Amino acid sequence: MNSEAFQSIILPWVGKVGGVMTAMRAVQTAHKHIPPDAITCAAKLFNLSIAEVRGIVSFYDDFTNAAQGDIRVRVCQAEACQAVGSRELSRHAEQAMGLSFGETSADGQFSLEKVFCLGLCAAAPAMLINDVPHSRFDADRFDALLDKAIAK
Amino acid sequence: MKIYIPLDSIAVALGADDVAAEFAAVAPAMQIVRTGSRGMSWLEPLVEVERNGVRYGFGPIAVRDVVSLMAKNFMESDEHDLALGSMDSITWLKRQQRLIFARCGITDPLSLVDYKAHNGLAGLRKALAVAPDNIVDEVTTSGLRGRGGAGFPAGIKWKTVADQTAPQKYIVCNADEGDSGTFADRMILEGDPFLLIEGMIIAGLATGATQGFVYLRSEYPIAANIFSEALKIAYANNLLGDTILGSDKSFTIELFIGAGAYICGEESSLLNSLEGKRGEVRAKPPIPAIAGLFDQPTLVHNTISLCSVPVILAKGAPYYRDFGMGKSMGTMPFQIAGNVKHGGLVECAFGVTLRTLVEDFGGGTRSCRPLRAVQVGGPLGAYLPASMLDLPMDYETLAARGAGVGHGGVVVFDDTVNLAEQARYAFEFCAHESCGKCTPCRIGAVRGAETMEKIIAGEDVADNIDLVRDLCYTMEDGSLCAMGGMTPIPVRSALEHFAKDFGV
Repeated sequence: MNSEAFQSIILPWVGKVGGVMTAMRAVQTAHKHIPPDAITCAAKLFNLSIAEVRGIVSFYDDFTNAAQGDIRVRVCQAEACQAVGSRELSRHAEQAMGLSFGETSADGQFSLEKVFCLGLCAAAPAMLINDVPHSRFDADRFDALLDKAIAK
Repeated sequence: MKIYIPLDSIAVALGADDVAAEFAAVAPAMQIVRTGSRGMSWLEPLVEVERNGVRYGFGPIAVRDVVSLMAKNFMESDEHDLALGSMDSITWLKRQQRLIFARCGITDPLSLVDYKAHNGLAGLRKALAVAPDNIVDEVTTSGLRGRGGAGFPAGIKWKTVADQTAPQKYIVCNADEGDSGTFADRMILEGDPFLLIEGMIIAGLATGATQGFVYLRSEYPIAANIFSEALKIAYANNLLGDTILGSDKSFTIELFIGAGAYICGEESSLLNSLEGKRGEVRAKPPIPAIAGLFDQPTLVHNTISLCSVPVILAKGAPYYRDFGMGKSMGTMPFQIAGNVKHGGLVECAFGVTLRTLVEDFGGGTRSCRPLRAVQVGGPLGAYLPASMLDLPMDYETLAARGAGVGHGGVVVFDDTVNLAEQARYAFEFCAHESCGKCTPCRIGAVRGAETMEKIIAGEDVADNIDLVRDLCYTMEDGSLCAMGGMTPIPVRSALEHFAKDFGV
């Protein structure tokens, strides 16, 4: 895909406050990552250098170089979840999905990501499967929720 | 027939959407109102009904309970095993002083009619009727301090912005609530979004700002949906726009979603991010109140600070100031989290002790093991031992003990916690989240994590602890912002109160 192909996604955000960020979010949502051509296109449309746009993209965890899976599992790693066993649960998640944190499965179906706080700390541990929150789960329920997400 | 089911993230995370769907399937004639959460996480999903103007609760409700609720005629009777009685009779709620969260869990968050019927917009109407100076005076007199963590007197900030002459001033709401153990911003955005809108408009009227932005973290997708709906409703009803409530005043608000960087909760980093740049911290001065967003005077406030304003205007500064202790005036939504039985949101006057929060409200650890530590005020907050639970939640008292109120989060740990590991995590978190602009934070965090690794492995423990202490001084004194500057707080407090875990 060449640079022009991203115009329709990026152009609406030119001139908006924080437009580069919002444009990159739109690209990430549509393509599950930020392709290099999207960076080139944004640089041109926002009148920035490629290095500047790349700098913005690399700063934020939400923008990724490699494609995220269709099912994104984000497991909270922060203190409130640690207090109820998120470290063990995170290891379970890696085993159950056959992935390390930060990896996407070869078929592009799953990715497993770290996240630092989902604001569900009163019912920790917590995770997001795509944008749906789940909390107070154990290893068995993790497996069940994952199965349910696959079945969808 | 009308029932209330929360749409709050925690309720949804525990199955509220499935419960609502089941009710819709089993009883299609029933009207389901989705509300915010009352803040009692262990009872979620909490289903409420209204009988003769009194709300009765049932919880926690699973999908399988829906049929039995119907069979036991829960609209009329409290026969079901999961009946909680009238919501007014629940001690956990009765013991709170809810000024900010007064409506949360009760009203439909997207009903402006509900909002007005429950005292909404009273503060804004008052603000529209007086001169901007009077609004600033009221906020100053109330004693309100920034609720994001720094505790800076709000009135001084408001006056600074009001005193500037500039082509454009801004109100920026910091809803980048990244501290683990905190969720008050999320709950209010999901449960009572018009309150934030009202608070921001009042701030605009007081300071002469006509544009507002809400910087919300991307980890809160439900809050983002609800708040953007609320904005649409506010514009459609002349709450936002060029004729606020029929006056000649104008104010706009835009929602901006962050991209997964904790550091963007730091105000200058947030402003850079909002300008579409890397979220790097800016050197101060100038302070944002003088040169903030696009170098214009900008009032940057935490969500809860802005949400405290409507009640201050509506009921007057003396009313608000009478809550609290010392220089910590008003109420604070404390958030009880982690290994705790009854986690949730407790809005109380300052001065409430940690013990009251953790034991009386929290009910002790969820694991039923002895409580060993609480971390107060997020990842940059101190780890305190059980022996310090009688400390009151007060900015000055906690500061004198090397701790802080922060954003009001209290995370509970039982006796299986290892504080050396938590100290290592504090450095790791800083390394992960550092913006990289200043060396003490960028390099210090990495070296700190490495050195903690050695301590945990039992390598030259005494020397390495000295090294960690030395590093803490460097980070504290040399960092540009609180990320590097306050990472020493969890580390030092862990060392001070839990030295055994470090092998000394």
